Amino acid sequence: MQKVSREILVDKAISLLNQGVVKAVFGWRKGEFDYDVTPAVFTTEKDIKENFVFNGFCGANFSKYLVAKTVNFDGKILVFLKSCDTYSFNQLLTEHRFDREKVYAVGIPCDGMADISKVKEIAGDGVSKIDFEGDMMKVTTLYQDEPVEIKLGDVLLERCYNCKSKKHVAYDELIGEDGEVLDSNRFDEVAKLEAMTPDERFAFWQGELSKCLRCNACRDVCPACTCEKCVFDNPNSGVENKAAANSFEEKMFHIIRAFHVAGRCTDCGECSRVCPQNIPLHLLNRKFIKDINQFYGEYQAGEQVGSRAPLVNYTTEDVEPCDVFKGGEENA
Amino acid sequence: MRKCSIDNINDVLKALSEKIPLYLPVDRLDGKATYQKYQEGKVWSNALNTERSAKDFFFPQMENLVEFKTQGKNVEVIDIRDEKQDFIIFGVRACDVKSFEILDRVFLSQPVDTFYKSRREHGIIFSLACSKPNETCFCSVFNIDATAPAGDVTLWKTETEVFFKANTEKGEKILSEIDSLTTECGEETVNEQREKTKKILSKLPLSDLDLTNFGVGKTKALFDSPLWKEMSSTCLGCGTCTFVCPTCQCYDIKEFKVGDKVTRFRCWDSCMYSDFTKMAHGNPRLTQAERFRQRFMHKLVYYPDNNDGLFSCVGCGRCLSKCPISMNIVKVIKRVGGKENE
Amino acid sequence: MSNNEVLIPTVGVITDVRRDTPDIKTFRVVTPNGVKPFEHKPGQCAMLSIPGVGEAMFSITSSPTNTEYMEFSIKKCGCVTEWLHSAEVGQQITIRGPYGKPFPVDDEFVGKDLLFVAGGVGLAPLRSVINYCRHYRERYGSIDIVYGSRSKDDLLDYKEIIDEWSNEEGVNVHLTIDNPQEGWDGHVGFVPNYVKELNFSTNKTAVLCGPPIMIKFTLEGLCSLGFDKTQIYTTLELRMKCGVGKCGRCNVGSKYVCKDGPVFRFDELDELPSEY
Repeated sequence: MQKVSREILVDKAISLLNQGVVKAVFGWRKGEFDYDVTPAVFTTEKDIKENFVFNGFCGANFSKYLVAKTVNFDGKILVFLKSCDTYSFNQLLTEHRFDREKVYAVGIPCDGMADISKVKEIAGDGVSKIDFEGDMMKVTTLYQDEPVEIKLGDVLLERCYNCKSKKHVAYDELIGEDGEVLDSNRFDEVAKLEAMTPDERFAFWQGELSKCLRCNACRDVCPACTCEKCVFDNPNSGVENKAAANSFEEKMFHIIRAFHVAGRCTDCGECSRVCPQNIPLHLLNRKFIKDINQFYGEYQAGEQVGSRAPLVNYTTEDVEPCDVFKGGEENA
Repeated sequence: MRKCSIDNINDVLKALSEKIPLYLPVDRLDGKATYQKYQEGKVWSNALNTERSAKDFFFPQMENLVEFKTQGKNVEVIDIRDEKQDFIIFGVRACDVKSFEILDRVFLSQPVDTFYKSRREHGIIFSLACSKPNETCFCSVFNIDATAPAGDVTLWKTETEVFFKANTEKGEKILSEIDSLTTECGEETVNEQREKTKKILSKLPLSDLDLTNFGVGKTKALFDSPLWKEMSSTCLGCGTCTFVCPTCQCYDIKEFKVGDKVTRFRCWDSCMYSDFTKMAHGNPRLTQAERFRQRFMHKLVYYPDNNDGLFSCVGCGRCLSKCPISMNIVKVIKRVGGKENE
Repeated sequence: MSNNEVLIPTVGVITDVRRDTPDIKTFRVVTPNGVKPFEHKPGQCAMLSIPGVGEAMFSITSSPTNTEYMEFSIKKCGCVTEWLHSAEVGQQITIRGPYGKPFPVDDEFVGKDLLFVAGGVGLAPLRSVINYCRHYRERYGSIDIVYGSRSKDDLLDYKEIIDEWSNEEGVNVHLTIDNPQEGWDGHVGFVPNYVKELNFSTNKTAVLCGPPIMIKFTLEGLCSLGFDKTQIYTTLELRMKCGVGKCGRCNVGSKYVCKDGPVFRFDELDELPSEY
């Protein structure tokens, strides 16, 4: 159960729609099961009442959709943003990717979102029903006589385990009370990788990245990947590839992407959430964030609209490139 | 029918793999099952199904087709096809076995795709009956019997035993070679398991999917539905659904060049990708709605049109659990084929 | 492996390059042994490739009755075509085919008065049919050819049209260019309008090929003259990779352009979704 109920969001959406403040509502549409909710645009009260859901499986970050949805849209769109989503929202505004005037952002508190595959690891296959009660979920399956009780905290998405902030950095209106920036342990996993020998680390990434299907879901969901035309989709770029021609290429795609979003990635974790092969892609980006913090001082992309990321901002205090290089060596 | 104790299954796997390379579902470090080549120490996964489908065995994600040598104005064509060796795919579920038939109709129809054909001829399939289907399973909708899958050999696994039944000559031959490790048995246990499973299958949440509004000749009725646009409105345009799908067979042909050697290869492609139909002077499918429609119309109307009404979906449920936005063929069948669209 | 694989091409040699218009060249292709790469029917296509550059589908411009070589009239508009335009005589390329369903020259067309309407490079696929029908002249009724382009310089096969087609009995050539031009005393105006002006009798079987906009208005024009869609054919072009209905991209509804087309009759196209 989330702090904020579906009913509160539905009432909010309908009242803003009926008042004419917004012309469309971006929310989650109910699925076949209790966990397979789909991001969707609602435009009628009836549709919202019948199909809008909000539960512990609403992990999707809506910020990036605003780029496409606000173009050629006459009026405002209501979007519900969890605290982590607001960082992506700000970062996109910093990059002038959508018109702020066309969005009515409602911040919603979040207790973390669940990962259905983790739920299934505990409850088993055949999940037919999930009821939320407080911070517990009761999971009914085809194969257990009694519902399995699971604590939300035990089945969180990876990014929610390491939630960096319960504070909303952008909104027009906030439902409930705002939270705080958290002391997360999100760099611990990076430190583990840094502690490996280069050979071990290479083997780790080779093992992970060789699972890659080149479905591009990580790129397509990434709020920092908003190029109109990605170089990897351009047949004339010479690097367009749907399958790796060799083992170097499969790494190249992810490494280039990590470089491209360095300094702009807010660590929203969508890449790892959507990866159909469970590759911990966020670790590449997190390594960049950790290094940037170390070399240029703490910086959180998306914390403030208009902030200049260290990598695109020269100051005389900047660390020398050779030191950056050495820094890499120390870590190696 | 023959059987062995579950405790001896490793001996069976070892014996088989000594004769012919054998691939079976093995749990990865992240707990998900993938097909891996058997060697000692590999443990047959208990997972319901593998993350990736079994189509890779016959239609790999990437395969080289031909090489060229270019020198000045000259081009030399080098046929690099090699004779394939027999291999066993062990523990293929009914849905994936059915997908081979669907792929066959594409690749083995004239003109035959020899790359696919040679792999297909060398593949020996040990299928595995289901006993604990998932809530995302809906193979029965496509008349697939998950309790008795096709294949050269059918396997049934219980808590204590594994049962073997040969369906083809190939299957009989290979089973006879491991006779010493199995014993002849009756079909009672298997039949009992089948009955139990059938009861579960009939009660699965998606077992009542209604396909009456899809199939042969339904293009006109469905093509202009406004639901395509609505349902695809948050589609990311990634290729996840197509790549995890056991029946998606679209491919691209590309090349890479090293010096004067050019290797032409094919790789899986996705109708969800923006450049899939892009030409030098235009693109007939400009928006994601059109690409989304193509995927489902292909599976539910176009393919049946060309293949005696057979749907190009086997109900394996992979797209249901893998789509980043949880949009999938079940939702399409229910809404596009449902009352809303009548 | 001895069996034939369609995806493995054979070598072709460019033995002649002719510049037809500023952006169209015609290439003559034979095998390294100097013979025609394979037999085909009018309207069929072939996959040409330059290893390292790419592969693309082109309609075969020469008539099947030409026993010595194949010709392809190719407009410069992408990677492969640009490369071909820079190719010289003696260049080897690869070729595979033939692909697709041809024009029904040996059945539906037999005994009919034929009307060919082409715009720009759209004449390329029709040249194969026109020359085939000229070769077997006695099988068909009258032949009318309406061909238009932006300017006189953009008319394809102009020499053949003037020297051969125009002088043949029973063959009527109607040329037009979009805008007046010095040295041009022929018709000026767009193809669809010209077709209407010419007021053809409706007993003809028509074949259209050209830019989509030309096809659209010519079709409307013919229908307004009283033509039925069952009398009108065209040939489609979509992105192709395999050429044999397996790679999955050139479909229009249930039909694959590479395999079930590229030749379609308009009443057949009416049955398909308008996604081409």
